[in-house]
Order: sequence, then C-alpha cells, then structure tokens
Amino acid sequence: MTTTPERTRTPQGSAPVSLGLPRRLIEFDLDGDQVRVPEGATLLDACRDAGKDIPTLCYGDTLTPKNACRVCVVEVEGARTLAPACSRKAEPGMKVRTDTDRARHSRKLVLELLASSTDLSTTPHVAGWIREYGAEPDRFGPDAATVAGREAKVDNDLYVRDYAKCIMCYKCVDACGDQWQNTFAIAVAGRGFDNTIAVEHDGPLPDSACVYCGNCIEVCPTGALSFKSEYDMRAEGTWDEDAQTETTTVCAYCGVGCNLTLHVQDNEIVKVSSPHDNPITRGNLCIKGRFGYQHVQTRE
Amino acid sequence: MDLKYTDAKPTDDERAAVDALLGPAPSGWEGGTRDDLDLRWAKGGHEARDRRDQLLPALHAVNDRIGWISEGALDYICRRLTIPPAEAYGVATFYAMFSLKPRPAKVLHVCTDIACAAKGSAALCAGLEDRLGPAGTPKDGVVWQESPCLGLCERAPAALAIQAGDEVATAVIAPATAEAAVAAATAPETAPPEATELEAVPQAQAGDPTLSLLSRIGTVDPTDLDDYRAAGGYTALRNAFAIGPAAVIREVTDSGLMGRGGAAFPTGRKWQATAGQPDAPHYLVCNADESEPGTFKDRVLMEGDPFSVIEAMTIAGYAIGAHQGYLYLRGEYPRALVRLGNAIDQARARGLLGDNVLGQGYAFDIEIRRGAGAYICGEETAIFNSIEGQRGEPRSKPPFPVEKGLFGKPTVVNNVETLANVLPILTRGAEAYRTGATKLFCVSGALGKPGVYEVPFNESTTLRDLIDLAGGATGSLRAVLLGGAAGGFVRADELDIPLTIEGARAAGATLGSGVVLAVDDTVELPRILLRIAEFFRDESCGQCVPCRVGTVRQEEALHRIADKTGADAAADIALMREVGQVMRDASICGLGQTAWNAVETAIDRLGAYE
Repeated sequence: MTTTPERTRTPQGSAPVSLGLPRRLIEFDLDGDQVRVPEGATLLDACRDAGKDIPTLCYGDTLTPKNACRVCVVEVEGARTLAPACSRKAEPGMKVRTDTDRARHSRKLVLELLASSTDLSTTPHVAGWIREYGAEPDRFGPDAATVAGREAKVDNDLYVRDYAKCIMCYKCVDACGDQWQNTFAIAVAGRGFDNTIAVEHDGPLPDSACVYCGNCIEVCPTGALSFKSEYDMRAEGTWDEDAQTETTTVCAYCGVGCNLTLHVQDNEIVKVSSPHDNPITRGNLCIKGRFGYQHVQTRE
Repeated sequence: MDLKYTDAKPTDDERAAVDALLGPAPSGWEGGTRDDLDLRWAKGGHEARDRRDQLLPALHAVNDRIGWISEGALDYICRRLTIPPAEAYGVATFYAMFSLKPRPAKVLHVCTDIACAAKGSAALCAGLEDRLGPAGTPKDGVVWQESPCLGLCERAPAALAIQAGDEVATAVIAPATAEAAVAAATAPETAPPEATELEAVPQAQAGDPTLSLLSRIGTVDPTDLDDYRAAGGYTALRNAFAIGPAAVIREVTDSGLMGRGGAAFPTGRKWQATAGQPDAPHYLVCNADESEPGTFKDRVLMEGDPFSVIEAMTIAGYAIGAHQGYLYLRGEYPRALVRLGNAIDQARARGLLGDNVLGQGYAFDIEIRRGAGAYICGEETAIFNSIEGQRGEPRSKPPFPVEKGLFGKPTVVNNVETLANVLPILTRGAEAYRTGATKLFCVSGALGKPGVYEVPFNESTTLRDLIDLAGGATGSLRAVLLGGAAGGFVRADELDIPLTIEGARAAGATLGSGVVLAVDDTVELPRILLRIAEFFRDESCGQCVPCRVGTVRQEEALHRIADKTGADAAADIALMREVGQVMRDASICGLGQTAWNAVETAIDRLGAYE
C-alpha cells in the first residue's frame, strides 16, 4: 500500500502531537486514466489535480460541499444517477467519466435552468460555461418564471442583498452559521422555487443578528451579496475590475493578524476580501477588517 | 452561541401553548421572568441547544392553539429552545400547514389531487367559492385552501377541517359536498362522524378469510389492547424474544421482505447493516408520512390496526438494538394520530413499551412526531432533518441512514406496511410467509369499489385481477396510474402486468407505493398531468437546481400545450424530455428523480398530446 505522511505541526515546548494514521492513497479510473488521490479526497479534487475543468457554483473552497447546484455532476459507472464531483469521495476502483453526453447534458441544463430563472450577470465564469456547453436559457420562453425581477435589499450602509442574483447555493447561510461565523443571522426560508435567503420574518438586516462580518459576501458565487460601494459603482457604471489593483496587507485593528486584500480603484478602496488560503482567516474577517477602511482614505 | 432574539412578545395563550409542551420557562435565559440569579451567570451551551428536535412539536403547539404562528410566538419558541430566530423562521415557512400570517382558527383543506379531481373536486371548489369566497381569503371565520392528496382517495372528493383551540377539533368530510364541507369547517365538533376504516377495505366487509395484513380491520377493536391480544396480538413479539435479535433479522432476511414505501429495498439487509454498526444509540423510524398522491394504505392500517404498528416497531427496535422509535405521522391524519396515541399509551401502561418490555429486560419506547404538510419529509433522510427540527430537506447519500441517520446515528427507516409484514413473518415463519406473502394496493379512481386491497404478492395476481376485484371500471377505462405521481401510467390494454416488482419493472412500470388509480375517458389527461406537475413544483424542497427549477419548467411547458396536440406540442415535449432527463439524473433525491415519470409515461405510453 502506498502511503503519504500527514502534515503535522509540533508546537514548541509542548508534547509531540500524534501523527495519526498515514493517509492511504486511493486509486481509481478517471476518464480512462488511473489516478491516485489521498483518502478522503473528492472527485473534484482529483479532477483539478488532473487538470480537468469542472464547473462549480455552490462549491466553496472554505466550506463543506452542499452539492445543491449540481453543475459539477460526473458519471460514476454502475450508479443510477450522476454524482456531484464536489462532494463525492473517491473510492478505490471506481470508474468516473467527466465528459459523457449524460454529464454534459445535465451541466448544460443546470446552466439553462439557472440562467433562465436568475440574474447571472455578475457571476464569474458562467458566460464561458454557457458558451462551452451550448446552453440556451432563452428556450424556456419569455414567460419563464424567474427571480431576476426581485428588488435588491438596500437596508444598511455596508452591503447589499440582491436576491435577483441568488442561486440558493446555501454558502452564505453556512458561512454565517456553524461553519464559520456562528451568528446564524440568515437561513433558507420558504420552500421550492419560492425559497429565499432571509433573516427572521424576512425583515431588514439591521434588525437581525447580523454582525456585518461580510463573510457571506466573501463566499457568494454570483454577486448577489456585494459591498454597498460595489453595488453603487455598478449602478453608476463606474465599477471596473480591470482598473483595480489588489494589495494584500495585515489588518491593523487588533493583534490577530488577519490578511486583508484591498481592492483599489482610482486610489480608493472599493472592496476588502481576505485570502482563502490564509491560515488565520480562511477568507473570514470581522466588521472592522471588512468594512472599517474609511480612515485610510480620509485625506484632510 | 450568542443569540439575538427579537423584541416581539408572545400572548398569554401562545406562551401557555408552548409551556404545555415544554413546561414552564425555568429562567430568564429561556424566555421566563428574569431574576437576579439570571444576571449572575449565563445558561446555554449544548444542554440548551440539544432540544432542537422540539422545534416542530412547539410550532405545532402554537399552530394548534392559535391557528397561526405570530412573531412573538416564534420568538418565545426560539428563547425556550435556544434556536436562532432566522432558522426557526426558515423551518416554520417550510411547512404548508403552518401560517406565519394571521388567519382564522378554522381552516378547511380541500383535496384537489388526481383521485379527488376525478371525482369532482373542481365542482366542490366552485361550490366553496360561492359560499366562502376565493381560496385563501377568510370569510365568516373560516378560510379554505386547496390541498395535495389527503390520503382519503377511496372516499373522494375529500376535505379536512381543522379548528385551532385549546382542544384541536378536526373533521373529515369525504365524500364531500360544498354544503357539508362548509358546515364541518364552521363547526367541526358537530360534524357527522367519518366513515369507519372498515369501509375502506371492501374485502374485509365481505369477510374475506384470506386476509393477513388486513385481517384485523373491522374485526378487532382498534382502541382495545385486550381485543388485539385476544386476536393473536403480541404473539410475534413473544416469538422475537424467544429467538433473539440475530434470529429475527435472519427470519426477516429469509422472508424476502422488501420495503413497501416505494423503493423496495430488502428489509433484512437494512436491519442487518444497522444492527452491526458499532456507533450507538441506534434508532428506528417508522415512516408514516404517507403523502404520495393516491396512497392511503398506511392510514387504513394505522387507523384500523394501530397496535400491530406498535408491536412491529417494537420487534424492529429489538432486532436492530434500538431503544427509541419515532413514528413520523403525516400531519393530515387526525384519526390515525388519536388511534396510535391511544395504542402507545395502552402498550406503555401494560408493560409492552417502556423500560422492561414484556419483562424481557429490553427497553423500548415510541414517540409520535407529526409532520406539517411536506411530501418531501417522507424521503428517508429528509425525515431525519424534520424530526431534528431542521428544514425537511433530503441529505446527500452516502453516508446512508444505516450508518448515519437520525441525530447522526445508525437508523432504520421503515414504511408502515413494511413493518406490518414483520408480524406474519414471526408468527408463521419466514418460509410460510414467503409462499403466502401479500401486498396492499390503494385502489381508487373510476372503479366500482375503491379501497385498500390485499392480494397475493406473486405472479398470480395481475393488474386486471385487482381491477376486477375492485368492481371493475365504472366508465371506459383509459389508463391506470401505477405507483403514484412518482410512478407512471399504463394503458387499458396492458392490464396483464403481474403485480410484482419484477413484473412491473419488466413492463417498464413500477409498483411504487401501491397506487392503482384508474382513469376513464371522462377526465382530460392534460389536466391530470398538470395537477401532477403542480404537485411536484409545490412539494420540491428547493434545495437542488434540477428539481427546484426543473419542476417549474415542466409545469410551464404543460400549461403551454394543455390544449395542443401533434406538431404544436412537439417542441415543448422535446423540451420536457431534456428537463426530465436532468431531473432524473442530477436531482439529490427521489422527488426530483421521479418528477417526470408520470408525464413521460403519459406521453410515451398513452400518446397524450398526439
């Protein structure tokens, strides 16, 4: 059996940390090639290692896969249904096909269903996938039900909830809840096509438990959640990502040492994010790091 | 968890309703009066949060007492159970039987599903509109609303009146006239009693001696444990104790019993896999969330023979090493709730449930959990989330329930009819059972004697036999919906299909939950298909894209072609095929995977829209 050692860390001056069992390597057939991934790796991990481009929307690199969007489905031989690559773990001997007609059909239809029912105008990569898969969202007709007409919720100075762009990926709920922030300000409400992300009684954000950490914005895959600054600039037509620089620095507010990435356009900070691979933040910040940057640009 | 609650206050009635379930609030931390001690330390943590599974019962408590759930009531529930208000709101809005907006205490649910539509639910609704105004609009203290299948198909068209109050009053009106439905909704306490469960079983009325699963319906008092025992009740449990859990599982495995809820998974294998799990405790869940349109067999069993369900659950619990069983009952079954509650109380009082079942040193108890109007909660993992106080959304598999089920522990989920089969297996033995196995079918629609029928579960029974047994078609039979909305149609010239799992499969059909719904040529097929599509759209939990949006697109296409045929309908049929394929291939659970079945078979087998 091939093994690979677990990454370990020994804090200085303390007892050695148990190494645990070495992780086994799982060998399976991916599109006709034998590949090896560490035990516990998902099919998506294996695909990315092998340089295969599988579209994802609800998958988040800092979150437990929810596999709600189904755009990453692949075909596992012997299975009745397709499997979401983002969450299905690799098993020894399984035969996985990522590019079959069936898998491509499902991805194409998922893109069509989403694009016909949601405003994807600010969703990164999606226009390319729609072209690649030959998706035609318009074929459901002009009367196809859509949430794209929902009005944006602008109820505070920091960020905007534009649920016309929401694909119900659950990532904001997970980030707000037990996976990161433990604030539980938002949840999925309603059922079926009428479901939505809401605070209690679908009220305004300032009346809710929200602490404005903005970690929901960090994980939102469609731009449904955005900085008020970005929302306003888009409305004015001045938002220009190509003209922006990104500078990663350390937050000066406290001693934790969170990384901030300042998105700057025309010498103004327009947005703040945090690197997802930063071991302290994993992309998360608090209200000060995320939104407390105005003093930097007070020039008087 | 530092929770922020709202400022809304419950009324005295709302508070009393919740306290009746949970007891008085012990401190200011849990919604009670704040005293000096409360200011000195915080109470919370796991102990406070571990009662999340009381959320659904608490929502029921308020809805039962008041008729709807106000902001103050929801906030009080959150404080009592340490639940974030946003999450409780998300759960409450998931269920169709709850309202978060004011509404009258008297609500009339009117079934408009396939079986009732075939028996005049449209005229019933029109009559209600004349008397009570449009659906959803209160008038004279009553509001009526359309409902998915109420599981009363043998007495279609059906309606269910519920009146909130200190004691909830319910009335079943079936078959319903608008006049009777309005009278019952206005005063459910004084409504005429509903038909006995015997009337749902024509074979029992005729005194058929070959019945096994239905043998006690109408002959044994469903409210009397002594009567049940005198009729052989609790022999199976004694036999189980005599041979031990491993042998019970062996018997069930050897019997060849397969799940009767629709998926037909071998029951013995499920029990074995759970019993062998080192993780503890193990749980048993009886899936009585019978909501598949056209299905009512479990209701008849629970109403007519409730002790058998309790006995069978005890045997299953014993076999898999569980000490707690949950019976998840759909919210629209008031009589089953009363009968089962009574059966559990009597069994407990007589030592047939509790710390020491039958003096054998085995502890087992059963709790009834009521659903609140969500078909999806009958899915085997959604049922866990619903019991746990989460939104009833299906989980991803793997892990499977036998490994991680209810509360993350190894769990067996069995349908009511599946469990009912365990009794004859243990009284007659696996071999004898195997040769004489029977299956229940829910026969409704355009037939002489609709009802639940028990027939031999082998090649000897064909669909035609069953239809003949049920009095034959009343009109010119056009098709039969086999297996429910998630099943499919077969043509009137295909009635020689043997009613076995293999026989149905070979014919490209499925037995599903045992639905046999006869459709004659008086009903417009496109209308039925639209109702099925509406059902799936309404009942989709909304978690995955193929089902959430796909069920909407399917319904839209069916609307477009409702009056079209041939080339005019071809483009939309092609579109539906594509949408159907992604629903079948890529949906998370069986709801989305089967949402296109009935429509597809109507197009391909019946030639709808040709």
